[in-house]
Amino acid sequence: MQALIALVAGLVFGVGLLLSGMANPAKVAGFLDLAGPWDPSLALVMGGAIAVALPAFTLAKKRSRAWAGCALTLPTANRIDAPLVLGSLAFGAGWGLAGYCPGPALVSLGMGSAPAGIFVLAMLAGMAVHAWLTRSRA
Amino acid sequence: MNIAWDAFTPWASLAGGALIGLSAALLILGSGRVAGISGIVGGLLKPGGPELPWRLAFLVGLIGAPLVWGLFAAPPEAQPVAGTGTLVLAGLLVGVGTRYGAGCTSGHGVCGLSRLSPRSLAATLSFMAAGFVTVYVVRHLIGG
Repeated sequence: MQALIALVAGLVFGVGLLLSGMANPAKVAGFLDLAGPWDPSLALVMGGAIAVALPAFTLAKKRSRAWAGCALTLPTANRIDAPLVLGSLAFGAGWGLAGYCPGPALVSLGMGSAPAGIFVLAMLAGMAVHAWLTRSRA
Repeated sequence: MNIAWDAFTPWASLAGGALIGLSAALLILGSGRVAGISGIVGGLLKPGGPELPWRLAFLVGLIGAPLVWGLFAAPPEAQPVAGTGTLVLAGLLVGVGTRYGAGCTSGHGVCGLSRLSPRSLAATLSFMAAGFVTVYVVRHLIGG
């Protein structure tokens, strides 16, 4: 049940990305280019997403079980430390360079995009590097 | 500031965002998990375990979305902005960065801000700032 709901959630997420314009690197770049002709559309993607997700997470904080019967787990980390900030800065730089963040890159892969395929392979390699560098602490 | 009104798609972007929010709501309340794409993908690199089935199922839905979309509509416009070398560098930065930063646009930007998490706000401000600066440097300092 947990996996079935996740399948539907993944599908809805992907359709949302396609509809929103997030899966178009040129549109992402148009949003991140404040000094050029600026396309504010993607601010509305985040706004629309939070408007729907915020009540759900407010409810989720009061629950310990999900509809599927499994435990409902929310992140517990709350420290704002160097790995968080430096990692996020590196992520933002990569996002700006290619116009892809992880979700849109995977959806674009599903569209058969070769550039997205190259990006996803490199992203997986980057994640593997992190897993290897942090292996002793895992 | 110069707004690109011809490229502005307020309703499609708002509706697409609402679907992303709906997905995050469904995953947390239904499956009890946070819809953070980098965490879901990164988690697959550790083989096995009880988290594997839902992560795989979510990714099948995500990657399969264009197929379902194609049954009803023409594929949306998608124009790459980077060549192979830049894509490789960008992918590495996104892979390493999202794992050290413990999240991306979905996990921190959508789910974390919806949880009112200060940590996710710090992450979101960091990657947004880096994105704005990077595009400025690439388009206006190097490419300008």
